[in-house]
Amino acid sequence: MEAKQVEAVWLTEDREFSLAELAELSGLSEPDLHELVDYGAISPMNPDSPQWVFKGECVVTVRAACRLRVNFDLEPHAVALVVSLLERIHDLEAQLTRLRAQMPHGSQ
Amino acid sequence: MKYKDYYDTLGVKRDAGAEEIKKAYRKLAHKYHPDVSKDPQGEEKFKEVAEAYETLKDPEKRAAYDQLGSYQPGQDFRPPPDWARQFGDSKSSFEDIDLEDLLAGLAAGRHRAGPGAGQIRMPGQDYEVTAHISLEEAFRGTEVELNLTVPEYDGKGFLHRVPRTFKVRIPKGAADGQRLRLAGRGGKGINGGRDGDLYLNIALHLHPLFRVSGHDLYLDLPLAPWEAVLGATVEVPTLSGPVRLKVPPNTRAGQQLRLSKRGLPKPHGGEGHLFAIAQIVVPTAAGEHERALFKQLADGSTFNPRGHFQQEASSGS
Repeated sequence: MEAKQVEAVWLTEDREFSLAELAELSGLSEPDLHELVDYGAISPMNPDSPQWVFKGECVVTVRAACRLRVNFDLEPHAVALVVSLLERIHDLEAQLTRLRAQMPHGSQ
Repeated sequence: MKYKDYYDTLGVKRDAGAEEIKKAYRKLAHKYHPDVSKDPQGEEKFKEVAEAYETLKDPEKRAAYDQLGSYQPGQDFRPPPDWARQFGDSKSSFEDIDLEDLLAGLAAGRHRAGPGAGQIRMPGQDYEVTAHISLEEAFRGTEVELNLTVPEYDGKGFLHRVPRTFKVRIPKGAADGQRLRLAGRGGKGINGGRDGDLYLNIALHLHPLFRVSGHDLYLDLPLAPWEAVLGATVEVPTLSGPVRLKVPPNTRAGQQLRLSKRGLPKPHGGEGHLFAIAQIVVPTAAGEHERALFKQLADGSTFNPRGHFQQEASSGS
């Protein structure tokens, strides 16, 4: 077994990705990604610019979108809907985590 | 080669129709798909379900699979001799080939998907894995060793599942659920296709003292009643060692005292905060002297913590 030393990069809002990069990393085509933007599942940081830029977190979203499309055989609108709902769930979970963290121990 | 019962995995009979198989797959995918399931074993179960469906949904692969006959799951078996001829010259190569890979190769045509076949550029597979680390490791940054079983082509174009160990440096800045991308550390690209990436999902262990929300930390700060009333300077633990915190007089239970920038470091600079949540605690068994002092306080104090009950009750009537 060989061990490889590798460097890691955070997928956070500080990292930016172009539409072409998102397509390459997710396995979705650029027209597919346009549809996700049209349906509001992902949002570029500069919607009015012809050269869209996305936050690093979008990589996670579009990769999930690709998996859902392939594994559930979904059409683009359904993918966008599922992705939007999953995002809402993640936001709610983050809120729940914050509230739980603020609750004194023992009353959780 | 180990036998896998794909029909059993999907919970269908061997003579199930295509529609029934699809329905069974969808039902299980719904239950176990890692993007929608909360089952901690979901990802592993989904892989099994997806593997079974991959074969049974394709008439050619399903026919090849049926040709193998039926064995107990996990039972060792040898594929028919003519399979070895279709796959190359070495019968022994079957020993460590996974059934899924064998069927995939068979359906795709011998070696077509292998590195020597055709000139179609194919990107390498992305790997995704969860790294469990402690809060202290997230604070300082750490190095983890990850063991993955990944599909790789050998020199003859056979796909094998091989164990690989990756040493990954996780820089400080981790938060629970945050992702790291390690470009080019996934599967090898084929015919000049780019190498896949390795994605790491960070999962933080629970900590006995600190609760985490993003890069902020929360800590219960127990205070004696007199400390809360009079104010006090107390020592509190932080991830970088204990610090002294000034508790202001008349601190209420539940009040949050912020220790600026004592939370987790953020990936690109800055830190979260540490919030100490005041809790007023009383001695479980007060001594005689303490009881006497509390009695003195009770007799001399005009404080009524339930004064608003009366006000609210009278204004409501």
